[in-house]
Amino acid sequence: MSATVVAPPSRTERPTPPPRRRSRRNAFVPWMFAAPAIVFLVVFLIIPIGYSIYLSFRGFRIDGGGAFGRRVETWIGFDNYVAALTDTEFLAGLGRVLVYGSIAIPSVLGLALLFALLLDTPRVRARGFARTAIFIPYAVPGVIASLLWGFLYLPSTSPVNFLARQLGAGPLDFFGEPALYFSLANIALWSGVGFNMIIIYTSLKAIPSEIYEAARIDGANELQIALRIKVPLVAPALVLTGLFSVLGTLQLYSEPATLRPMTTTISSTWVPLMKIYQEAFMNDNLGGAAAASVVLAIGILVFSLVLLRFFQRRTFGDNS
Amino acid sequence: MSTLSPPRAQPSIRSRPTPARRASASRSGPRLASTVLLLGALYCLIPVAWVVIASSKSPRELFTTFSFAPGSGLFDNLAALNAYAGGQFWQWGLNSLLYAGVGALASTLVSAMAGYALAKFRFKGRDLLFAVILAGVLVPGIVLAVPQYLLLASVGIAGSYWSVLLPVIINPFGIFLCRVFATAAVPDDTIEAARLDGASEFRIFGAIVLPMMSQGLVTVFLLQFVGIWNNFLLPFIMLSDQDKYPVTLGLYTFLSKGAGDSDLYPLVIMGSAVSVIPLIILLLVLQRFWRADLLAGGLKG
Repeated sequence: MSATVVAPPSRTERPTPPPRRRSRRNAFVPWMFAAPAIVFLVVFLIIPIGYSIYLSFRGFRIDGGGAFGRRVETWIGFDNYVAALTDTEFLAGLGRVLVYGSIAIPSVLGLALLFALLLDTPRVRARGFARTAIFIPYAVPGVIASLLWGFLYLPSTSPVNFLARQLGAGPLDFFGEPALYFSLANIALWSGVGFNMIIIYTSLKAIPSEIYEAARIDGANELQIALRIKVPLVAPALVLTGLFSVLGTLQLYSEPATLRPMTTTISSTWVPLMKIYQEAFMNDNLGGAAAASVVLAIGILVFSLVLLRFFQRRTFGDNS
Repeated sequence: MSTLSPPRAQPSIRSRPTPARRASASRSGPRLASTVLLLGALYCLIPVAWVVIASSKSPRELFTTFSFAPGSGLFDNLAALNAYAGGQFWQWGLNSLLYAGVGALASTLVSAMAGYALAKFRFKGRDLLFAVILAGVLVPGIVLAVPQYLLLASVGIAGSYWSVLLPVIINPFGIFLCRVFATAAVPDDTIEAARLDGASEFRIFGAIVLPMMSQGLVTVFLLQFVGIWNNFLLPFIMLSDQDKYPVTLGLYTFLSKGAGDSDLYPLVIMGSAVSVIPLIILLLVLQRFWRADLLAGGLKG
């Protein structure tokens, strides 16, 4: 096809790439390959976002007044946003997610980094076994992970409480107010540490070992090598695993929803997404749910961009 | 050799050599590292071991015997799970396989095509398209579920298999990774040579590009497979017919029903055990195809 119509671009314009022969019809080839992705992107991402924004400005008003008023759907401006941002339950949910995240994210990333560094230590035994065992929870869905840990927390089935009872102590409450955050963070840690460890470990293995040889000759011990060479060099991987952890954490839903039947501490609006779900499907308040979704999405976006910018400057900025 | 070391790290180390500490650390270091790693492995395996053991307990034993002591109700529990609502549990398993298998396959193909287009063609709007896809990575997918439901309900397919399959086909992160893989794995000269030989664009993609990208594509497939398998909110919002539930949603409803009725607990535990074990075996088998290095490389890009 391309052999028939030869229209090489002038070499002075693009000196670096090799000259390409391409017919005008070929301009449509990349679009053909990208078309399915674009269609799905528009239908399942862009239109829903647009629709959400549209809905967030719509609501019901009583029309006509008095006993003859009827509910009509209409534009109500920023009322839904005002309602969402002044809703104490929604704000409390955001607060809970932030508390949970401030426990879960550092422990997942910190432990993942620690395990990755230990795996990368010379002469470590049982390396393959440990790596596989720690990675196994990645295959366990969040709902099932919550079920497993839920039973390990539940007073009547918990092994910890079994031992406590044998020793004559009272039952430990894993679902109490401060403890619950740690119980939830522990589920996140169990589920997430292996995946993040593998990503960090893989970046560690990509570092040429000559660097370590040089450091060893200079008298550095393994701890110094880990802290001063390995950690700075895997910082980009840490930033990105951190970003994904933040995205996942702020969308906390299935873990508290699964644990809810086991405890009364978790209300039906315990996290923002539970509140959004309830507004949309139980209270028939689509506008309110949409406004809360938009607020949450913008919050997540701003939070992750700020985080990315901050760490990018720290990890990539001082290289030059 | 020291020329290869990063300029930043080396001087600071050279400034404080501690040969005495090094000698002791290198003797006890690996042992300590192994111990910590084994503790980590134990922590990750204990819940799995617990659920397997607990699945063998009769309802009474579950609440009275020590957690890690095997019980006598293994086959009763299995029979009860098997009999629940006429074998509905196995239907859920098949549904999960369908959603995750077909969804991830379609998603990988769509991502591969888009990634190839973005990596190997120069066209107007490419940068805009790539920017939109990158932004899509950051959009919390879960916030989309409610409007997606409303839109699918308006065309009448909410509640069907399609309503769970279609939304998971678009995977911005998968497209991003495929673009990285295509850039790295497919040489321009090979494509150009095939064009000169008169191969059609689809043939080039199917016979040359896809095989060259295959290792990366397996990783994209596995990521998306696990992602769909673990997804809870989308089927939770979309589906009302229990026969169409995936395993995760089915077990969730088990537990919700069993809230006041601890007789259902052994069923939930058996169901968790039965659904976790094949996943773990799958992970162990597929681990060697899992190219984390490609993923880590992609993340750096």
